[in-house]
Amino acid sequence: MTARGPAFRLLPRLDQENEFFWTSGADGRLRFLRCQQCRSFVHPPAPVCPECLSQRLAPEAVSGRARVVAHTLNVHGWIPGSEPYLIGLVAIEEQDSVRLTTNLVDMEPADVIVGMAVEVIFEHLDDVYLPLFRPVVPADEQR
Amino acid sequence: MSNGGEPLERRAVISGIGQSAIGRSLGRSDLDLTVEACLAAVADAGLTRDDVDGLATYPGMGTGTAGFAGPTSPEVQDALRLRLNWHDGGGEGPGQMRALIAACLAVGAGLARHVLVYRTVSESTAQGAGGREGIGGSGGPGARRFSGFLQWTLPFGAVSAVNWLALVAQRRMHEFGLTREQLAQIALNGRRNAGVNPAAIYREAMGLDDYLAARMISTPLCLFDCDAPTDGSTALVVSHRDYASDTPHPACHVNAVGTALRGRPSWDQFDDMTTMAARDAAASMWERTELRPADVDVAQLYDGFSILTMVWLEALGFCGRGESGAFVEGGAAIGRGDVLPLNTAGGQLSAGRLHGFGLIHEACVQLRNEGGERQVIRPGGRVPEVAAVSNGGGPIAGSLLLTRGAR
Repeated sequence: MTARGPAFRLLPRLDQENEFFWTSGADGRLRFLRCQQCRSFVHPPAPVCPECLSQRLAPEAVSGRARVVAHTLNVHGWIPGSEPYLIGLVAIEEQDSVRLTTNLVDMEPADVIVGMAVEVIFEHLDDVYLPLFRPVVPADEQR
Repeated sequence: MSNGGEPLERRAVISGIGQSAIGRSLGRSDLDLTVEACLAAVADAGLTRDDVDGLATYPGMGTGTAGFAGPTSPEVQDALRLRLNWHDGGGEGPGQMRALIAACLAVGAGLARHVLVYRTVSESTAQGAGGREGIGGSGGPGARRFSGFLQWTLPFGAVSAVNWLALVAQRRMHEFGLTREQLAQIALNGRRNAGVNPAAIYREAMGLDDYLAARMISTPLCLFDCDAPTDGSTALVVSHRDYASDTPHPACHVNAVGTALRGRPSWDQFDDMTTMAARDAAASMWERTELRPADVDVAQLYDGFSILTMVWLEALGFCGRGESGAFVEGGAAIGRGDVLPLNTAGGQLSAGRLHGFGLIHEACVQLRNEGGERQVIRPGGRVPEVAAVSNGGGPIAGSLLLTRGAR
């Protein structure tokens, strides 16, 4: 069984800009900054929209669905005690240019393919909610 | 040409080169290694320390993990009691060669006439002392927290550039059909060249079977796709070209530098993750010269990880986009007697991680016809006249064209 991540997770330092992102999962929703003028998503958080240069940005919830852009199985023991885990690069469904480096969970290396649909699931540690991604559960299995 | 005239960097030559002892766990200080390389380069240029009026390094200032940064320029100035008109250090810019490029501009602008440029690493000794961990450290209760780019990767165990570049390699396999056997050719070519470089760290023969059997680090990259932590210092003297006729060894003329960064400065947000900043640096370099990829006699392309060399081969136009795998297939195009002699001292994968400057040094060795057993001779018995060098990976990239004689 592939691990869900390293044995110990190094965590982000929360600040004024990133706190909404790293705590967003408290209600199970993933959020990104969104330009209130041209509606572009902006990530990582920044004080200005790179598309229209508006400074009116606010966090907005997204669907939590994404596609796998690339993936790797980390084998080396950078963090002692770790078993091999999947690192993925995913692009959110709403805007292809917004990507997250993440862990792909609830799947085995052989199951991962570029372009596959995944959805967010949060891991709560201390004061942060880390967005991990699992295969989109087919609708007939959700009931 | 973007500035309408001769590129300013063309006023600069590399008049001298020098290296310290290079090895695993030498146990010597950064400053000690640096002084050895610097004194060798100054003597090689036919100069004395009194002639040196400029000093530049990458990065200095204690940047990065243990053994990475090398001594600051003020430390070296003080050790050698240099009387400087200009000095510079730092980690932001077009890769490790930012220090060399800054020196070219200083010489071109008349701020200095002879600039000593150095890059020193002692990552092997630091690793032995427990100081060179993965970029995020080993964690544990009370571990520090991370800001900036690392906050987006460390929580997910993507702690090393090898993880970030494994994603690039996997994506290239998906998009272009790159295979491990093709990727292996970068490592195998480096090892063949290291076998005839007495200063290389890893010289024993390695075959495809050895490569394929090596332990995996982060799929699809294995141990032999990663460069080897090394101790060593490389120094160059950058002089005004009007000194070129007085150098004891042939001067290496700076023809053009590539410095552009047009995509996002990020390992995971760059628009085209199969190219990243190499695309931009290479494009800007070719905009500054009449030379073309076909004019290049020898290429020293960054191989901190094998996949980066593949990216640079395409970015610099030695083959088409997505075609580097086929280009290196079987190693037939990149040997010392082939179309594009590549990483002729063994590169970082086998000669040791001198962090870009070993590649610049080797470009000069080849242009000066001082390669000994590994010297490249082009068809017709010609000594290489044009060398391409690149440094960096991901969102960090710089490139350089050097020529034997002015162009």
